[in-house]
Amino acid sequence: MLTIKNLHVELEDDGKQILKGVDLTVEPGTVHAIMGPNGSGKSTLSYVLAGREGYRVTEGSATLDGADILAMEPEERAAAGLFLAFQYPVEIPGVGNMTFLRTAVNAQRKARGEPELSAGEFLKAVRAKAASLKIDAEMMKRPVNVGFSGGEKKRNEILQMAMLEPRMCILDETDSGLDVDAMKLVAEGVNALRDAGRSFLVITHYQRLLDHIRPDVVHIMAAGRIIRTGGPDLALQVEQSGYADIMAEVQE
Amino acid sequence: MTALVQARQDALAARLAGLPAAPGGWQAPARAAASARLAAMGLPVRRDEYWRYTDPAALTAPQPPAAAIFAPGDEEPAFDGIDRLQLVFVDGVFDAAASDAPDLAGVEITRLADAGADIHWARDLYGVLEARGQTPVARPLAALNTAHATEGVLIRVTGRAPRPVALVYRRSASDTDAILHHCVRVEAGAELTLLESGPAAARFCKVIEVDVAEGGRFHHIRTQGRDHERHAVTHIFARLGAGALFKSFTLTANGRLTRNEAVIDLAGEGAVAHVAGAAVGDGGFHHDDTVFVTHAARGCESRQVFKKVLKNGAVGVFQGKILVKPAAQKTDGYQISQSLLLDEASQFLAKPELEIYADDVKCSHGSTSGAIDDTALFYLRSRGVPMRQAQGLLVLAFLAEAIAEIEDEALAEDIRTRLEGWLNRHTG
Ligand SMILES: Nc1ncnc2c1ncn2[C@@H]1O[C@H](COP(=O)(O)OP(=O)(O)OP(=O)(O)O)[C@@H](O)[C@H]1O
Ligand SMILES: [Mg+2]
Repeated sequence: MLTIKNLHVELEDDGKQILKGVDLTVEPGTVHAIMGPNGSGKSTLSYVLAGREGYRVTEGSATLDGADILAMEPEERAAAGLFLAFQYPVEIPGVGNMTFLRTAVNAQRKARGEPELSAGEFLKAVRAKAASLKIDAEMMKRPVNVGFSGGEKKRNEILQMAMLEPRMCILDETDSGLDVDAMKLVAEGVNALRDAGRSFLVITHYQRLLDHIRPDVVHIMAAGRIIRTGGPDLALQVEQSGYADIMAEVQE
Repeated sequence: MTALVQARQDALAARLAGLPAAPGGWQAPARAAASARLAAMGLPVRRDEYWRYTDPAALTAPQPPAAAIFAPGDEEPAFDGIDRLQLVFVDGVFDAAASDAPDLAGVEITRLADAGADIHWARDLYGVLEARGQTPVARPLAALNTAHATEGVLIRVTGRAPRPVALVYRRSASDTDAILHHCVRVEAGAELTLLESGPAAARFCKVIEVDVAEGGRFHHIRTQGRDHERHAVTHIFARLGAGALFKSFTLTANGRLTRNEAVIDLAGEGAVAHVAGAAVGDGGFHHDDTVFVTHAARGCESRQVFKKVLKNGAVGVFQGKILVKPAAQKTDGYQISQSLLLDEASQFLAKPELEIYADDVKCSHGSTSGAIDDTALFYLRSRGVPMRQAQGLLVLAFLAEAIAEIEDEALAEDIRTRLEGWLNRHTG
């Protein structure tokens, strides 16, 4: 599904190198988790994959089902099935949440040559999905993320994901800022989407989320590289003893 | 006589030379007084305080700058879907054949040129609000208008108008110079929606005087079309009685030069006045909103909401003032002027002013100028919304606060559709 090879990325502004050779392969139908210390480059990786400006890829590649996503515009990546749940969802005053969602859903359908959803079909789908994430109708009428609490913003990301039905979902710290119940809701939302054709890359600091969304593979990222890859127990190890041991081992 | 004064007098004489003789009758005293005001003020020049950001030369020259006729293509005429009574002016002359019969319950409509007999309510209005609006800021082009307008419409509203009156301005030639003067009197408790659309002339000078009596309601929505080369100066002078409501919204999409002045006098307790504008300009576009709101009575509310989207070197100007007189306690005044600059060549010049002589008031004003929010743009695109469409959403979001000043949803939708058309043609 997603294949990242030797990816090197620096900041356009000052040339500071952030990613220093990331290798990562996500198979269809699997859930991968990335953990790692603050500032290690996890969000940068997710932004570069989604196509945010301000970064320069100096080496390496990233492909989605063989297609070079780094050469695509952000909207083309989305239409190709890539989705990023932002660590810090963006507020857009003046654009209604409902308008935003409907525009996004129909833009992607159009890009894929599918017919647009009618207003009725769209409403029906959005209502059911919002209800399961306990997002009330009033929140849907407000401008995108404006005045939403931290947890509401994260749930809104998952609602967008559920509506857009992407194949490659990247979740950047979707669990941070969520209370215990909300975390369960979000995990249920994610689990409901799990199927053989859909993959997840879950960036998190906490084992707790991984209790609910069971990963197949866990990666540890540090200083712009994946330094260790393992099974679910790698996350347990991090939870218990932090990154110091792993980083020390790698340096040897 | 100094050389400067002489120069001003010569310029005025040259400007007036070609104008047709104005009708006399009951309007004669008002016209004579306006001529005297104009002679004392002279035509505006760039040195004048309120013309510093906008060069009035094209508006004061003896001849209008030539302006090629613009074909709007397949764009629907403004307010096409709205049930309305249309009064059509072609090159500033009323066209009865193209207009609807002026029959509307609770509304008396008279052509200014036909108003031979004395219309007592109009005698109390024609040139009266304009004259009051000359202090503290001189508005010579409005005085010129009062003195020389030969056409316009006089509207008296005595009930709730069952549908809007639409003034439709068309032009047929590239060198036309039109002067229109309208008067609207909304009697106590009555209500009217006035629509205006179209380019009118190569050069257009317009005054509307609006007097809203106690508890009356006046809504004004206009679109100053997509006519790229025209020049226009317009003035609204409004006086509001106790509990009266005045709401005016203007959409300007292109036009070489537009100066829209609004002079609003909140004269009766608890009156409410909202003036809003959305201007979208590409290239040789200069758009100026000059607004003066006077709170003269207690407990009145005013809002000024002006938004401009500028690209390719377009220029936006906002000069807005709230004056609160000593008697106007409990005033609620709000003013916002903002521009969205789509490139670095465009500019926005703002002069917001507050002058407050009462102590128990709530007044706020703000002016900002900025680019499209890249983070928001990326967020939209990351959800699959193409660049152009994402920009369009953000531009409409930027303008939303101004459009929200239109109470009628169908009219607001008409304006939004027009804006979307502009965005489709001009962004990306
Ligand atoms: N646009 C930027 N400007 C300056 N520094 C940046 C920028 N983007 C990333 N960085 C720097 O790159 C490094 C990696 O940041 P990134 O946000 O990817 O880390 P992270 O692993 O997601 O951290 P966290 O766990 O705190 O979310 C940090 O040192 C950060 O300060
Ligand atoms: Mg991060």
